[in-house]
Amino acid sequence: MFWNRTRTLGASLLAAGLLAGCAGDGGGVQSQKLSTITGRGKLICGVEGKLPGFSFVGPDGKYLGLDVDVCKAVAAAVLGDPEKVEYRDLNSSERFAALASGEVDLLSRNTTMTLSRDAAGGNGLSFAPTTFYDGQGVLVPVASGIKDLKGLAGKPICVESGTTTELNLADRMREQNIPYTPLKFQTSDQTFAAYLGGRCVAVTSDRSQLAGKRTSFPKPDAHTLLPVVMSKEPLTPATTNGDPAWADAVRWIVYGLMQAEESGITQANVDAKLDEAKANTNQADLRRFLGVEGDFGKLLGLPPDFVVKAVKAVGNYGEIFDRNVGPASALKLDRGLNRQWKDGGLIYSPPFR
Amino acid sequence: MVPVPPADPALPPLPPPTPPWWRDRRVVPWVVQAVVGLLVLLLIAFLLGNLVRNLTAAGLLLSWRWLQQPAGFDISESVIPFNAQLPYWRALAAGLVNTIRAVLVGLVGATLMGTLVGMASFSHNGLLRRLARVYVEVVRNIPLLLQLVFWYFVVFLTLPNGVAAIQLPGVVLAKSGLYIAGLGEGLRWMGPTLVNGVWQAPVRLSVEFGALITGLIVYSGAFIAEVVRGGIAAVPKGQWEAASSLGLSWFATLRRIVLPQSLRVIVPGLNTQYISLAKNSSLAVAVGYTDLYSVAETTLNQTGRAVEVILVLLAAYLTLDLLISALMNGLNHLVQIRER
Repeated sequence: MFWNRTRTLGASLLAAGLLAGCAGDGGGVQSQKLSTITGRGKLICGVEGKLPGFSFVGPDGKYLGLDVDVCKAVAAAVLGDPEKVEYRDLNSSERFAALASGEVDLLSRNTTMTLSRDAAGGNGLSFAPTTFYDGQGVLVPVASGIKDLKGLAGKPICVESGTTTELNLADRMREQNIPYTPLKFQTSDQTFAAYLGGRCVAVTSDRSQLAGKRTSFPKPDAHTLLPVVMSKEPLTPATTNGDPAWADAVRWIVYGLMQAEESGITQANVDAKLDEAKANTNQADLRRFLGVEGDFGKLLGLPPDFVVKAVKAVGNYGEIFDRNVGPASALKLDRGLNRQWKDGGLIYSPPFR
Repeated sequence: MVPVPPADPALPPLPPPTPPWWRDRRVVPWVVQAVVGLLVLLLIAFLLGNLVRNLTAAGLLLSWRWLQQPAGFDISESVIPFNAQLPYWRALAAGLVNTIRAVLVGLVGATLMGTLVGMASFSHNGLLRRLARVYVEVVRNIPLLLQLVFWYFVVFLTLPNGVAAIQLPGVVLAKSGLYIAGLGEGLRWMGPTLVNGVWQAPVRLSVEFGALITGLIVYSGAFIAEVVRGGIAAVPKGQWEAASSLGLSWFATLRRIVLPQSLRVIVPGLNTQYISLAKNSSLAVAVGYTDLYSVAETTLNQTGRAVEVILVLLAAYLTLDLLISALMNGLNHLVQIRER
């Protein structure tokens, strides 16, 4: 009796909420998460927090990095202000629970997209487009003289627990029949501290993460990446399966950053492009993309000019990459697989149609 | 014989001596207990129902099939044989055995440490007495996690390696582990030997295990020292004086007269400390030791079965602690004063 009554009460409240929502914006999109975020006035974004190039705290106390810029782009598109983000540092074991429980709205934390994480029967995540195509690598001290995986036989290897890295390591070593000792730590800080302390002869992680962490080593040049790529690691922002409308909004904000690069729209020229689109009625593609005509924003539950806001805040995908991890940054990573598809890379936005 | 007068038919029969049920001492406690019991059951039913309903809504009803799937990850040190192709339950079992190993060594070590320090705080030697006090006060006021990280990163990981390792007869302490002499192949006595720059010995303990048990022993030892000190202080002063007048030495008094009497005060307090030690062992993950919690964490991440994995963890630690408690209660029964 008691159960029935609470359930009926809950259902009627929900129905009332839905009706009120429908009445409010005349058949627009209903996303619980979007209205929570706009009501709260800020986006809560789960990040790694200690990974140079992706998400870390800069000298002025502000978060910086590629993953952080994704959070900022989403905040700019949804709330109109890239600074309205609250960052939560999550370790690899906490991240999915934090997302599933709704503690964070968006997980932008160098997380590899996999079947079991995506599937409803697994972690039940909903992945946005991949923002960084990575692969697993191995970092060793130059002095060790190790050249390949065989050189690691019988040696301890430091790895962060609960990561795909841990499983790939087990698979690759098993394939090649190389005995080894995995030493697992809960956070990347502990993992790298144990490596620098000399407990392990190697540390394994995504190549970008190894490159990022190496910049903060006492002697970066004393460590080298082995020329092996042990896995595919598409690092991808994620939301939960529970709110498809919110997942779609995040997906197309990220695609917007990629399409902006392809269309030659940058942080510097986005205003000029917008004026150009407004002036020329024959530039239909540009007008739709920048929200001058059509209702793409409304379909997603976002403002019509969400792409303009996102690009104005953080620049297009190429600018984000170059600023945080590209050749000019401390990480000095090549665009590689992360080039636009026209240049032979994997960055490809479906059409804004 | 006086004849019993017949009852006067004019008087009404006496009211029954029992009060109404809501004022009856034989009934009320039962009713109150039944109501409280019912409320507790309702609360549990509500929480469980809530869990099941929400999990069903999320498509994540409790399932235990994942226990049979191959784990896919390796464990650095395991007493029972384990490799990545074996199922998750074997991984969890290996983690549990590692936990029990650390707890057993920790319990023995902390008891020795605590007893010695507890006794030292009654020593006639002022330096020893003050050292014992300083140890207890410093150690029990610093969080255990911090101490574990200290032992691992500051002490064990700064040990020398290879030829430079600390070498004692039969024992070698290096960054790669603790190597102890023992019976090797063909039941021959073997000491630690250096082969191609890597130490080899019949018994090898990892520095992760070393850091964990050192941390647990030093930390719990301080608390046990206080329990032991309290137990000794509870023995009347007259016992010391009587023993001393019989010509017994300080140590003999302690061993023959005071400690046996103090045990009945010490054992219940020890029980609490032992249980804490078993639970504290789950901090092993901070120093890279693969205990039950560490394995469970990886399992949780790979399978996404958070509720099930946490239930396994809860059940395992609860069983372990109840077992310790039962053993200690048995011991407590043994050391009680026998009434004659």
